Amino acid sequence: MENAKARVKGELCKSCGICINNCPKQAISKSGQFNNGGYDMVVVDEDKCIGCGICYTVCPDYVFEIN
Amino acid sequence: MAKNIKAPEALKPHRFCPGCGHGVIARVIMEVIESRGLTNNFILNRGVGCCCNLRSIEVDGLQCSHGRSCASTRAMKLLAPDTCFVTYQGDGDAYVIGLQETLNAAYAKSNITLITVNNSNFGMTGGQMAWTTLPGQITTTSPYGRPVDGPLPIQIPEMIANSFDPAFVARASVQSPAEINKLKKYVEKAIDAQMAGKGFTMIEVLAPCPTNWGLTPEKAIEHVATDMQKYYPLGVFADRT
Repeated sequence: MENAKARVKGELCKSCGICINNCPKQAISKSGQFNNGGYDMVVVDEDKCIGCGICYTVCPDYVFEIN
Repeated sequence: MAKNIKAPEALKPHRFCPGCGHGVIARVIMEVIESRGLTNNFILNRGVGCCCNLRSIEVDGLQCSHGRSCASTRAMKLLAPDTCFVTYQGDGDAYVIGLQETLNAAYAKSNITLITVNNSNFGMTGGQMAWTTLPGQITTTSPYGRPVDGPLPIQIPEMIANSFDPAFVARASVQSPAEINKLKKYVEKAIDAQMAGKGFTMIEVLAPCPTNWGLTPEKAIEHVATDMQKYYPLGVFADRT
């Protein structure tokens, strides 16, 4: 359980960047890869992620899952 | 500290704009419904507006006529008093077109929960001026800004709390993780009060509308946290739960 990390479901991402602004460890960034909707998907740096769940709380598109 | 978190199963990909506040509010409602074990005994009625996009949620619900969601929900609650009812409306729907139904539901102490999403314009039709529009705010029907010497933005939660003795009335926001957690506590209180039969419960949620405000999602959230809260203070206005 201690190694819980944020997992990204990139297809749902709309590239709004709210998670990037709220991440306390600056672990989230845009990947430069585009999903089927045409949005620049976010990606999580697992070395920096502490699994706090703030990205899950603020994301309007249910992109994140913590496990 | 860390634990597994997963969005409720009923939530499916939706069609709201990037950075829109609706998605978070829908998730909070479904989390509370799931935690109370009400998933199979829950009806989510929707008003007309951007909230129509919530048809993506896989729960029972009715797409009501414009502004009449409170009236429809009251009728349904009379027929199924043990079912949990939430009516989910925008500010244009609940405060302008459906003001009569909203106030009558509160006046009659109907045992339903109303959640309104206030983004200070008519979002779905392209961002026209509503009664919730801030003075000076530019919309498609107020290109020089809403007149500052005209009527002030309408504050329905305060009106209902001061006049109709509701069970629970609060205003929340989706501007930060802390405020989203507060919103969840309010929704829990409202649903619990409804299931205990205590009367009308209402939560207004301030939400960003980056597309119609012409702002980036980041700036739109800043606008909610600063300018909007001058006219729409957050907090609990009535609580007899």
